[in-house]
Amino acid sequence: MLNPDSVGSTFAGTELITVSQSEIDAFCAVVGETDTTIAPPTFTIRITLTQFEEILTRPEIGLDWSRLVHGDQKFEIFTPVKAGDQLTCTATIESYRVAAGNEIVSVRSDLRKGAELAVSAWSTLVVRA
Amino acid sequence: MEVGAVLDEKVFYLDRALLKQYADASGDQNPIHQNEEFAVSVGLPNVIAHGMLTMALVGKYVSDFAGGAANVLEYSARFIKPVIVPAGEKVDLTVTATVSEVSDDTVALSLTATSAGVKVLGMAKAVVRK
Repeated sequence: MLNPDSVGSTFAGTELITVSQSEIDAFCAVVGETDTTIAPPTFTIRITLTQFEEILTRPEIGLDWSRLVHGDQKFEIFTPVKAGDQLTCTATIESYRVAAGNEIVSVRSDLRKGAELAVSAWSTLVVRA
Repeated sequence: MEVGAVLDEKVFYLDRALLKQYADASGDQNPIHQNEEFAVSVGLPNVIAHGMLTMALVGKYVSDFAGGAANVLEYSARFIKPVIVPAGEKVDLTVTATVSEVSDDTVALSLTATSAGVKVLGMAKAVVRK
């Protein structure tokens, strides 16, 4: 179970993430995008979900990642991501509830290039009963 | 571009190879997207596509409309039904959109995505730069 005291808190990821051209190329190839100079709109989920897993499964937060289902997803893109960008990630647990034994967690990630906010993304994650 | 305008339909095709390719590209190696035995063992009808793969393909539709990914400002969707991908088959993801709002600088789209006639995304919307 998620620690309810963590709701409303923001947690910093531990890494500085450098986006590579080969990662963008691989993502573009899946969707058939030929312009690889800019990451496709959902590319940063690759970073966000990895960071969420690292952050939300910390012992003091306690989310069970093994029974997770993705409920919904939203992106706001302020600056498109490109190869060579160095990004930091924070995760804010915005809400948490339990319904029919399922845990429903809303988390926002903010990806920044230096001080500048590049992409905010909202994920609803459901831990199935 | 007027509110209510309906955009051309585009059909994407998904198969197991594309799911593996997306798993590698996204880092999401959850076995429900690759291993039929595992998927069935957790109560799914078969291997299902990553919701985010569906969203990535619809995102390509949005980028194409917007004249490139750089013009996509907002994009959201709810995952309401899985895209089921049996072995050896290619399943469709059929995408259409309606213009829902037009401002001085932006166009909002209401997106529809179905697979085998079933709506797989709910409340799917995008806002792009004009």
